[in-house]
Amino acid sequence: MGLLSKKDAKLITDPLADNNPITIQVLGICSALAITAELKASLVMSIAVLFVMGVGNVVISLMRNVIPSKIRIIVQLIVVAALVIIVDQVLKAYAYELSKTLSVFVGLIITNCIIMGRFEAFALGNGPWRSFLDGIGNALGYAVILLIVGFFRELLGAGTLFGIPVLGDPIEKTGVYSIGYENNGFMLMPPMALIVVGLIIWVQRSRNKALIED
Amino acid sequence: MAINTDKNSYTVIFAVAMVLVVGSLLAFTASSLKPNIAENRRMEKQQNILYALGVNGNESTGDITFVSTDKVAEAFKTNIKEQLVLEYKDGNIVKTMNREQYMDEYKQEPYLIDVKKQQARLKAGESRLLPLFIGESEGKTYYVAPIRGKGLWDAIWGYVALDEDMIVRGTFFDHAAETPGLGANIKQRYFMDDFYGERLLTEAGVFKGITVAKGNNDPKNEIKDDYEVDALAGATITGDGVSAMIKNDLRLYLGYFENLKKLASK
Repeated sequence: MGLLSKKDAKLITDPLADNNPITIQVLGICSALAITAELKASLVMSIAVLFVMGVGNVVISLMRNVIPSKIRIIVQLIVVAALVIIVDQVLKAYAYELSKTLSVFVGLIITNCIIMGRFEAFALGNGPWRSFLDGIGNALGYAVILLIVGFFRELLGAGTLFGIPVLGDPIEKTGVYSIGYENNGFMLMPPMALIVVGLIIWVQRSRNKALIED
Repeated sequence: MAINTDKNSYTVIFAVAMVLVVGSLLAFTASSLKPNIAENRRMEKQQNILYALGVNGNESTGDITFVSTDKVAEAFKTNIKEQLVLEYKDGNIVKTMNREQYMDEYKQEPYLIDVKKQQARLKAGESRLLPLFIGESEGKTYYVAPIRGKGLWDAIWGYVALDEDMIVRGTFFDHAAETPGLGANIKQRYFMDDFYGERLLTEAGVFKGITVAKGNNDPKNEIKDDYEVDALAGATITGDGVSAMIKNDLRLYLGYFENLKKLASK
């Protein structure tokens, strides 16, 4: 028997494609639009969300029998906010350079609907281990889309990947630029992130008709 | 016995307990990490000042590389020959203090002067302290001044190294929360490097500043006496903020540089 049972493994694999939080549940769109102009930013945001969602789901799951139902959303919000503030402070103290790279992203995690969505839909009704797997799975599903969007936006918008020029020097007209390609500044604007996410949704649903809703 | 979580009294008790627990946890984290964070910020200021002066590891990479944190204190001592604090009031520099005089009076290193607080003092009609770091790079003496302004979302700040003619010889810009990929690119090397060689003064010696200009048709920034650098795509407000902070803050140092000239010509 493997490390995870079949049911547990599905908690990780499902959100990667057929139940992806961004393309299927259409959650977490705001942060996906805001920070995907660079691949590095997408990666850093993904790692931060992975941590907050994994730990947050476990905390909510452990508290699930004592949380008053009337204030459960506020309780969930406090857990996310506290985790995010702790992550931010620890990074500032021990990984200052990384915390500078993260800048606004750490704060943005609080507004991520996927996290609240998983607390509400899963952690409140399941044990800590399964909640942890669910958190990790959904964070990875979020990360996949962010990285795809970040890749296309940075490549076509700035001609770089992780800040390294890959399409050639825009001024000397070498590389792809020599055959007439110009950086498309519009790719760096949030509307293009929405269009790229839309294209991913289109491709995904045309390949798997079962995902199309009536 | 199962707890009745629907009772109002339980809800109130839970809420109060949660606030207390989370509050103390955050307060404990913040207070125990405070010394580390303050030390990191101090080293960052030194790194930024040295970066603007040209003391950095930029040659070997295309990216921004600072003096490493374990060497920054030593590098700051060796490269910054003098730290001055100028007191500015009613359009004039009324007093010049060296590091020792400033430390005697204010019990603080000059590079730790909070520019934001000083700007507020000036607005309130009081005097403003202007720090100036004098260092050597490529065998020449350069003067590094801190600047601070507003971006699109939050504060932006930086350090500008000038020679005695107020020609830019190095810059460092940073931001609190500008948009990644857009306004946050003021921290990219290609943007900072464009400022090198730009003039702040007209031929007649009048302060003009540098504008981050859209469509200046000089993407490589070869024309150095147009008082303009190429703008960043999609970051108009951040770019305007950079222009404004250069104009507003560096203008105040004009008196000091005029004095330098007068002394040199004697």
